[in-house]
Amino acid sequence: MSTIHAKKAAEFLRNPDKVTRHDQTFWSVRAKRDTLAYELEEWEELREAASQIKKHTVTHLADYLEEFERNATKNGAIVHWAADAEEYNAIVMDIMRSHGVKKVVKGKSMLTEECHLNENLQKNGIDVVETDLGERILQLMQLPPSHIIMPAIHITREQVKENFGEKGILQKQGEKAAASMVSSVVAAGGDGSSVPARETLEAEADPTYLTRCARYHLRDNFMTAECGMTGANFGVASTGEIVVCTNEGNADMSTSVPKLHIASIGLEKVIPNYEAVGVFQRLLARHGTGQATTVYTSHYRKPRPGGEFHIILVDNGRSDILANPEHWQTLKCMRCGACMNTCPVYRRSMGYSYTYFIPGPIGINLGMLKDPDKNYHNCSACSLCLSCENVCPVKVDLGTQIYKWRQELDGMGHADPMKKAMSAGMKIMFDNPRLYTSALRLAPVANYIPSFLTNIKLNAWCKYHAMPEFAKQSFHQLWKSGKVKSEKSYNQITNKNEIQ
Amino acid sequence: MKIGLFIPCYVDALYPDVGVATYKLLRALGCDIEYPEKQTCCGQPMGNAGFQHMADNLVESYDKLFRGYDYVVAPSASCAAYVRFFHPGIVGHECEAAKKTVDLVEFLHDVLKVKSIPGARFPHKVSLHNSCHGVRELGLSSPTERSIPRFNKIKDLLSLVEGIEVVEPERPDECCGFGGMFSIEEPDVSGRMGRDKLARHIATGAEYITGPDSSCLMHMQGIAKKDGEKRIQFIHVAQILASGL
Repeated sequence: MSTIHAKKAAEFLRNPDKVTRHDQTFWSVRAKRDTLAYELEEWEELREAASQIKKHTVTHLADYLEEFERNATKNGAIVHWAADAEEYNAIVMDIMRSHGVKKVVKGKSMLTEECHLNENLQKNGIDVVETDLGERILQLMQLPPSHIIMPAIHITREQVKENFGEKGILQKQGEKAAASMVSSVVAAGGDGSSVPARETLEAEADPTYLTRCARYHLRDNFMTAECGMTGANFGVASTGEIVVCTNEGNADMSTSVPKLHIASIGLEKVIPNYEAVGVFQRLLARHGTGQATTVYTSHYRKPRPGGEFHIILVDNGRSDILANPEHWQTLKCMRCGACMNTCPVYRRSMGYSYTYFIPGPIGINLGMLKDPDKNYHNCSACSLCLSCENVCPVKVDLGTQIYKWRQELDGMGHADPMKKAMSAGMKIMFDNPRLYTSALRLAPVANYIPSFLTNIKLNAWCKYHAMPEFAKQSFHQLWKSGKVKSEKSYNQITNKNEIQ
Repeated sequence: MKIGLFIPCYVDALYPDVGVATYKLLRALGCDIEYPEKQTCCGQPMGNAGFQHMADNLVESYDKLFRGYDYVVAPSASCAAYVRFFHPGIVGHECEAAKKTVDLVEFLHDVLKVKSIPGARFPHKVSLHNSCHGVRELGLSSPTERSIPRFNKIKDLLSLVEGIEVVEPERPDECCGFGGMFSIEEPDVSGRMGRDKLARHIATGAEYITGPDSSCLMHMQGIAKKDGEKRIQFIHVAQILASGL
């Protein structure tokens, strides 16, 4: 009866130390978020405002999208509309071809991941370089992200070193990287000889050294690319600009050298105005990484002198979500990743256990909206603790929606047969109080106790649990025999000898 | 005030002592209690598994059985929350009994507003298990995710018990990983969550783990027993409160 998620999680859980590290890393982000939340008196008001603004915007989406397009066009941007991934990729290729692009540098964008942009560019002979450090590491390793904000958190520095070595990055950039570390120390008034030799830095997989290697490697790419691509955290309807939040400044580098900038933005990322930006900007980094703000918050409004600025507005299923009466609220999501960080199941099962590229509570929901036949496996990855709903900056009722998806699985032909049989068994028993009470009275009790314990010897319960000890007499029996109502004390009644 | 006592199925079968404690406690506090014998389950196991429609008859009979009471009290936060918040959705109409269904902690704290409990004495260090649905559905304590004034109704009640020392584990309201059918569909994740939670409770140095949900306690107890863990014992909040009755 195992889902793909359950099986892959079991594999990940075979290495307990790795799980501990993964769990603690993301819990520490949640804890940082909490500290910032407790400091802001207006925190809950901000969440409510963010939820209301998103609700308002997505329910008046056509108007705001048109306003955004009008203003962006006035600013000199070229706005495109893509109904789906195929159309999106075709638009990108058209722009690239008309500019003779051979290499593109790009900032992190889950939308491009969703539309398989990189594969498409490569197929068309265009070299695409991810410039977010985590994304670049994964691109070089040919791995997908395991988290939407910290995509390579599951990779160790030793793995990074090995990979940079294989790709010739250490060989090419190592000397410059080590030298720059010495200059930094000297510039700060320190002793340059305190920096270990390049060989030592490399042998120890020194994080600063590796990061500097990556920086020089990426700079070479920024200088030689003909096109810069970014996603967008927000599209501002009243001004027609986009806002991009990063911590590494890579989006700015991607758009500062090449003359051509293509921004890809999901329809739901459009918000009304600057007042709204103020609300979301205060929530985004606090939730996502536990920072008061991202290091860079860049507003793009016009093309650079002599350049072109293209904005592609992508639907790719979003208007279908909007039309879904049970699940449209997922459109409020601003992709901060906070629900993953708090999810006790995500922290212990890792992004690769999910069948959709976005994991955690929001990923379970988005995956079901995208392709339920492929992604129903993720519906088991939830204990319904509802922490996600309380964390979410825009109050998406994530856990409640997972509960709703579970109700829909049977109709889709994806119900688990064992769970269905167990539920049907429970129905018979719980609909018939006489059968239920006699079941509790008759030996062996274990055969008739509730749901999750039936077939107890066969099911997975015994993998981690001892059998529960059954009471000699149920509460029903104690009641019937008059013991509960008797003058005897609690301690007298519950004394084991007494009950017998 | 007429109280209907709802003893959910697994409490009935596995932890009848919790039911007895609840009854004695409510009686000692002057309540007029009845226990309608035709009760069975709240329906959560089916709903959780994705078959809430199979609980339709059960919901209707629950409503019939309990609608005449002023309050329906259950010593189980998760079941009380399920009744209150999910029953109307299952049958597509308002349910009188669901509106009146409360968990024991809520009832004592918010309705009776008890300020003392006759004879309650428990000279032990206990680690409080803030179970998810108690925290995030019933509001028995302030969820750590929220930036609101801190409160904990279970702690308030336990503070009325003589000799007790109440502590909370690190990550005080992280899920223990039970989740009903979740524990058998995702046994490895559930097991790991349970072990982690158990370890944090044990790290407080407490002798007991206590909480308003026997289901979470059953999960952690099962893991402790399987792992041969003897440093800690399990007791429902009702049993501590009824210790002198």
